[in-house]
Amino acid sequence: MKILIRSGRVVDPASGRDAVGDVAIADGRICESLAGEPERVIDARGLVVAPGLIDLSARLREPGYEHKATLESEMDAAVAGGVTSLACPPDTDPPLDEPGLVDMLRRRAKALSRARVYPVGALTVQLAGERLTEMAELAEAGCVAFSQANSPLSDTQVLWRALQYAATFGFPVWLRAEDYCLARGGVAHDGEVATRLGLPGIPAFAETIALGALLELVRASGARLHVCRLSSAGAVQLMRAAKAEGLPVSCDVGAHYVHLSDMDLGYFDSHCRLTPPLRSQRDRQALSAGLADGTIDCMCSDHTPVDEDQKQLPFSEAEPGATGLELLLPLALKWGEQRNLPLARTLARITSDPARILGVQCGRRSG
Amino acid sequence: MKPLPDAEKLCAGLVAELKPLVGPNTAMIGLYTGGVWLAERLHAELGLAEPLGTMDIAFYRDDYHKQGLARDPKRTRIPFTVEGRDLLLVDDVLYTGRTVRAAMNELFDYGRPARISLVVLADRGGRELPICAQHCGAKVDVPADMRLRLRRGDDGKLRLELERAE
Amino acid sequence: MQSNPQLNANGELRHLLSIEGLPREVLLSILDTAASFVGVTEREVKKVPILRGKSVFNLFFEPSTRTRTTFEIAAKRLSADVINLNIAASSQTKGESLLDTVANLSAMQADVFVVRHASSGAPFLIAQHVKPHEHVINAGDGRHAHPTQGLLDLYTIRHYKRDFSRLTVAVVGDVLHSRVARSLIHGLTTLGTPEVRVIGPQTLLPTGVESLGVRVFHDMREGLRGADVAVMLRLQSERMRGALLPSAQEYFKHYGLTAEKLALARPDAIVMHPGPMNRGVEIDSTVADGPHSVILPQVTFGIAVRMAVMSMVAGTS
Repeated sequence: MKILIRSGRVVDPASGRDAVGDVAIADGRICESLAGEPERVIDARGLVVAPGLIDLSARLREPGYEHKATLESEMDAAVAGGVTSLACPPDTDPPLDEPGLVDMLRRRAKALSRARVYPVGALTVQLAGERLTEMAELAEAGCVAFSQANSPLSDTQVLWRALQYAATFGFPVWLRAEDYCLARGGVAHDGEVATRLGLPGIPAFAETIALGALLELVRASGARLHVCRLSSAGAVQLMRAAKAEGLPVSCDVGAHYVHLSDMDLGYFDSHCRLTPPLRSQRDRQALSAGLADGTIDCMCSDHTPVDEDQKQLPFSEAEPGATGLELLLPLALKWGEQRNLPLARTLARITSDPARILGVQCGRRSG
Repeated sequence: MKPLPDAEKLCAGLVAELKPLVGPNTAMIGLYTGGVWLAERLHAELGLAEPLGTMDIAFYRDDYHKQGLARDPKRTRIPFTVEGRDLLLVDDVLYTGRTVRAAMNELFDYGRPARISLVVLADRGGRELPICAQHCGAKVDVPADMRLRLRRGDDGKLRLELERAE
Repeated sequence: MQSNPQLNANGELRHLLSIEGLPREVLLSILDTAASFVGVTEREVKKVPILRGKSVFNLFFEPSTRTRTTFEIAAKRLSADVINLNIAASSQTKGESLLDTVANLSAMQADVFVVRHASSGAPFLIAQHVKPHEHVINAGDGRHAHPTQGLLDLYTIRHYKRDFSRLTVAVVGDVLHSRVARSLIHGLTTLGTPEVRVIGPQTLLPTGVESLGVRVFHDMREGLRGADVAVMLRLQSERMRGALLPSAQEYFKHYGLTAEKLALARPDAIVMHPGPMNRGVEIDSTVADGPHSVILPQVTFGIAVRMAVMSMVAGTS
């Protein structure tokens, strides 16, 4: 099918090009021009034409959580939000630690024919932090990286071996930096708000201590590390220094975290119960600035739908998580506007930059 | 509209009326706020043996469910035994009778008096309960949308005033 | 959702959830009303009819005999019907959610819910879901607040010291886990107390505690110097997790109130304790039973304060 998208404001984040023009598509691929008449013309005057969004973390809740959401419902949410590729974390039930499960997920997603799904495999069996998974097998089944999702890996020895093993094959490892013991029992950022509200806190140094350890292990193993869901100013600083040093690292931030802080907890609003916790205004500002200057490579939705029943509970009993797939674009645009960034740069954080980390092609339009 | 009677004159009239009736068993209780002012005057001029009692009926009102708790309730203090007492219950204005009903309920939580006589400075009619004053300064006509109040000046002089009801 | 959930549109107290967020006038009004109720508790017929026909449900998700008993006494003195629910033993363990439990009770014509819960914020959640004629009183939620205790502490201080604007008040002990401390601190600062101190080891003081408007002392002698009021917090062993203190003995040596340390406070200083006391841990027996201690009067005032709170909230529509 030959499609012409005419007279839109074409923004190409990869090159930074932002100008009115046409985009031609033939046989499912973007091309320079069409041979012959288009079968379908889309009048894009006054509209922005951009590559499909790439979301590095969206939970699809299959397998295992079909009572919360299904692949269909989440894929619909994805495309409604402009997300055409997404990576899903391994914390399904059972976790994605077997090639068969990965294969099944990919087939299901492909059959639905909406967004592309890139599964992230479990780094350890059952995410239990003890034994390595068959990373090579999982990669062959389609895993693009390996992660612990939100499960702790507190045995540093195992963590080191896992990074070494992944580095052997060049597999990227995606990890959230959090010291298990310091975070244990905490439900909110350890600061003035948690003190006032009487909520057990997770100090920011739970993130920076773990991140420091991770970076040392990267130095020792040469593993490619992507740090997930930065939450503190200290972590941004550590990543800035690590990149300056030339370490093979990247990181992302959840879309909600550049807009919300612990002040938004208000009167114990359980919808703000998130993992990692929303931290102080100062942390929020550092995350926003870090995303703008590229210290933080990209923004993801960290889409984690939670039943309303699990939110209508006292704050510390509520299930952490928030939806985000349909909000990735508007939240990114709002962030970009607040920082006065050119649209191409804003969109890069949700298109070409995550594409680079994922190791896939992002839609591009050059010339 | 007829002018309001002189509260000082009415007060003197009540003292004269009550003097022959008081005895060693007599005690007096004034109802906040106007009733307490009046009672203080009467108590002093009648030379009663027992100290003056003061009562706030806030916790016995029958309109709690509509109005809630009144702001700033005062403390009821009854510095004598109520049991077997000849009581003079004093209020400034008698109207619907509900305040007196509440006061009597509260009083009976302190003990069982031998008798209660109601003493008021002004009776404006409009009774909603079968209550009457044994000793009354004057009957006063008050329009329905107004309230009759007792005021005490800085010089201690009492006067009756009308104000718009809320 | 951000408007103060405790006050109705007229600024009247619809629920009592925390002292934080209550205007000064409302606080003072509660204390004044409590004073009137003290008179009731001192006479022979200790009842007034104000809540006759109303039902007060004591919903205690955390066990407590003393607080529940004082609420029960207070409600009965207001002529209310009281129903005690020991939730720990019943529906909660069957997996019924907090809101479902409340909804079921609401169907039984409740007027006032007195709620104690282990999770901070639980009473706020309940208050968002009750019917317009229902009222919630927080009897303690997690570490967050215990407003009736804070109020009775404020009442006690006002009774003995009159004027908050000249006082130095020291709160000693496990502030980290103490809802009593948080409530009292909010009350003291709202009523204009110029110097509120917290005294304790670093492990027992929450992050950023200064933002509550207090001065931090780790040395108890320094902290007590010139104080008018010393409030001793219970060392709550049941709430301590992790390595916060080595032993009760070492704690008592440095943070327990003895006559010798109390001598550094003002000669007319009063000593308070929300109870129950751990004698020999946070307070010496001689001090607890001594002339500076107002610990027992606190209990009497507690009934009057709870009567005041219940009659104020139940009267708003």
